[in-house]
Amino acid sequence: MNRESNLYTVIYAGVLVVFVAAALAFTNQALKETQKKNEEIDKKIQILRCLNVTAEADEVEAKYNELIQESFLVNKDGSKAEGDAFSEDIAKAYSNGTALPVFVAKVDGATKFIIAMRGTGLWGPLWGYMALNDDKNTVYGADFSHAGETPGLGAEISTPHFGKQFSGKEIFKNGTFKSIAIVKPGKTADGQDYVDGISGGTITSQGVDKMIYSSLNNYVEFLKTK
Amino acid sequence: MNLFSGKNKEILLSPLSKKNPVVVQMLGICSALAVTAKLEPSIVMAVSVVIVIAFANVIISLIRKTIPNRIRIIVQLVVAAVLVTLVSEVLKAYAYEMSKQLSVFIGLILTNCILMGRMEAFGLSNGPWESFLDGIGHGAGYGLILIIVGFFRELLGSGTLLGIQVVPQFLYDLGYVNNGLMILPPMALITIAVIIWIHRARNKDLQEN
Repeated sequence: MNRESNLYTVIYAGVLVVFVAAALAFTNQALKETQKKNEEIDKKIQILRCLNVTAEADEVEAKYNELIQESFLVNKDGSKAEGDAFSEDIAKAYSNGTALPVFVAKVDGATKFIIAMRGTGLWGPLWGYMALNDDKNTVYGADFSHAGETPGLGAEISTPHFGKQFSGKEIFKNGTFKSIAIVKPGKTADGQDYVDGISGGTITSQGVDKMIYSSLNNYVEFLKTK
Repeated sequence: MNLFSGKNKEILLSPLSKKNPVVVQMLGICSALAVTAKLEPSIVMAVSVVIVIAFANVIISLIRKTIPNRIRIIVQLVVAAVLVTLVSEVLKAYAYEMSKQLSVFIGLILTNCILMGRMEAFGLSNGPWESFLDGIGHGAGYGLILIIVGFFRELLGSGTLLGIQVVPQFLYDLGYVNNGLMILPPMALITIAVIIWIHRARNKDLQEN
């Protein structure tokens, strides 16, 4: 057969595309369940990490069930909403200001409220979880994740030492919401608590700063009700 | 047939030095800059590139007699894209931690000029076994440079290797400071330039007038 004829070229391209599409669709369907399970485990690891608990993949389930007492959804005005907090799409929740997930954990007898955060960094989305003490003001722990920040620079926000800085910081000052600022190492912020950003990861650090403000802002009414 | 005849050995080993894709052919520089701030992603990227180039080359070589000449680049691109997607799907299911670190890099493999270059220059006109060796060789040649650059950038930039502190604390006490410039992209280019310098100095026949 003439390999250079138009007919052959068109048929070849058509067959190739159909074959490739079928192969990819099959792989995607076959692996979907396992991938979803991995994502859930990963999410639980992140939630546990903001409580300063590190867990391996095989023990996550047990530790999560032990520490997390309940989870519920709140609206921006502080009222409760229907639904499953764990599977709630946080991006959608923030754009509507409804159904924001809250997880309640008990660590050594003390209640911690865990809230979800979501924002944008330099290359893609950022997200994280922040655990607050039962005064709903002092930070107990925080954990940050990213989709594709630069390794060695912006990606450093997911290291434990960055998250640890938040412990003990307060998000309200004299009853008004102030958030926690990310500043260049050595600088300070007026009238609010602050932590050091990442050197060389300025835009990611600014993204984290904005993310904390805008995410916590959604929860202000919930956090004010003691 | 001897699988490792002189010619095949040449195909496999020459990309490591005399025909190195990065320092001699100047291909794949962009991704070499992007992922080498730390040693670990450099190693992971090196391994992934070896796998993808080797198999993409073999597949193109197997179907080379059926590919219409006018759409060969598209066919190559599709084959490479399928492989990259499959690798990332499988990693997501069976090595989730790895896939999170790799997420951006897997995509970067597709844009790697070495990949398309080898399929076009070698896979299209050679048998599957030779193409496989060629892919392994070029992937390894690329990976070697990546790992060298990653090693120096992490060591001098963060004082760690694979995340483990290697520069002893007493040096910091004496006033040693990590060179923050090393983790910025320009230093990757300068590190590669230094490698090229040393490489050319040792291989006089590569020097241009």
